[in-house]
Amino acid sequence: MAKVTFTLNDETVTVDEPLNMRFLDILRKELGLTGSKEGCGEGECGACSVFMDGWLVNSCLLPLASVEGRDIMTIEGYRETKRYKVLENAFVEEGAVQCGICTPGMVMAAENLLNRNPSPSEEEIRIALAGNLCRCTGYEMIFKAVKRASKEGEGLW
Amino acid sequence: MVKHVIPKTYEEALDHLSEGTFKVLAGGTDLMVKNRSWSETPARFKQDILYIHNLEELRYIEDRGDYLAIGALTDYETLLRHEAVPQVLKDCMLEIAGPGIRKVGTLAGNIGNASPAADGVLTLYLLDAKLVIEQKGSAREALIDDVIVGPGKTTLSNEEIIKEIRLPKTRFTKTRFLKVGGRKADAISKVAFAGAVTIEDGVVKDLRMALGAINVTVVRLRDVEKRHIGETISAVQDNIVSIKNAYVPHIKPIDDQRSNRVYRKRVAFNMIEDFITTMHTQD
Repeated sequence: MAKVTFTLNDETVTVDEPLNMRFLDILRKELGLTGSKEGCGEGECGACSVFMDGWLVNSCLLPLASVEGRDIMTIEGYRETKRYKVLENAFVEEGAVQCGICTPGMVMAAENLLNRNPSPSEEEIRIALAGNLCRCTGYEMIFKAVKRASKEGEGLW
Repeated sequence: MVKHVIPKTYEEALDHLSEGTFKVLAGGTDLMVKNRSWSETPARFKQDILYIHNLEELRYIEDRGDYLAIGALTDYETLLRHEAVPQVLKDCMLEIAGPGIRKVGTLAGNIGNASPAADGVLTLYLLDAKLVIEQKGSAREALIDDVIVGPGKTTLSNEEIIKEIRLPKTRFTKTRFLKVGGRKADAISKVAFAGAVTIEDGVVKDLRMALGAINVTVVRLRDVEKRHIGETISAVQDNIVSIKNAYVPHIKPIDDQRSNRVYRKRVAFNMIEDFITTMHTQD
C-alpha cells in the first residue's frame, strides 16, 4: 500500500492502495465512480477512457503509480461541462447509444478529438475513435453524432 | 514480496537499478496486460517494479543537428504531432493501437518489451536508430539491432535503462510502412514491413527494408541492401528474384493465434517484391 495524490474532477484526492492496482479499479471500487466501464481489460475497447492532463488514456492499463500528481477527469467530471451537453444531445439525436457500455468512452474520445480539432473530417473522426469498440451501433450513428456535435457546438471547442 | 517503487528523479531511478533487480515500467501498456489478474485486483507482477512514468526529465524531443534525440518517456501521440519526427515513423505509429494507448505507450517501452511483432521497433531498425543506455556512473550507445536479441530478450543488464533514442537524419525519396493485421486499429501485426529508398537521377543511393513478425527479431539485411547501392532502378528491379532469395533463410515465421507460417511467408515476400517494383513511384 502506498499513498498516491492526484486531482480528480477538480478535487485533490489521496488514496492508500497498492501501486499496481489498475486505475480503473481505483475509480470504480474505491472512489465509487462507475461511469468508466471495463469492457475488455486489455486496452482494446476504450470503455475505460479517462483524461490524464487533458489527454485520453485507458484507465485499465494505468497502474495507480502512474497517476501520482496528475490531473484526472472522468466522465463524471466531464458531464458538468457545456461541451458534454452538446455531445449528449448529438448522441441521443443520432441514435448513437444502444446498450451504453461503450458510450462514456466514446464521448471522452470525441472530446479528445474536438478539443484539438473542432471541425474534423469523417476520416479524422474514425481515427480518433479507433481505440473504442461498439458492438451495437455499427459505428455510423456515432460518427454522425460527433459530426453533429462539432456543428452544433461551434465555438465551444 | 514484490517491491513497488516510484523514483522521484532519474538519478534516483539509476540508484534503485544499481541496487535491486527491477522491471522498469514506463507507460505500462504491455506490462499491465501481460501481468493482468482478475478485475478489482492488482496486476500480478513477479518482479520488483520501478514506475518511471512520472520522470518528466525523460520526456523530450531535441534536434541535435545530425540526429533527433527522443527521451525514453516521450509518448507516441507527442511524437505524432512533432514536425521533426520522420514521416515513416509517423505512418507506423498511427497504426499502433488507438489514441488512449498512444498517449502513454513509448518507443523505449516497445524496445524493452522486444516483441518480434513490435511495429515501432521495426521502423527504428529501418531508421538506424541508436539507443543511449545508461546505468549509474556510465552510459553506452548501441545500434538497435545489437540490443534486441530475441522475443522479450535484450542485451540490457539489470542495472541499465534506455534513456534516449537517436534517429540519424536522412532524406529518403520514398518510404513505406505496411502492416497486415486482423483489423485496422488495435491489431498486433501478422506481418509488418518498413521500407525506405533514396533515388537520384535513376540511381539507387540508399535502400532499406525491415520485416517484422517473421522471425525472432526484426529482419533487416544490410549486406543485401548494400549490394544494390549505386545500381540503376531497373538493375535492382531485374534482380528481384535474387533479392527475394537472399531473404529466404531469414523469413521463418511461426504459427500462432494471429496467423500461420504459410500466410506470413507469402505476404512477407509479396511486400518485398512490391516495394522493389514500386520504389521509383509514389504510393
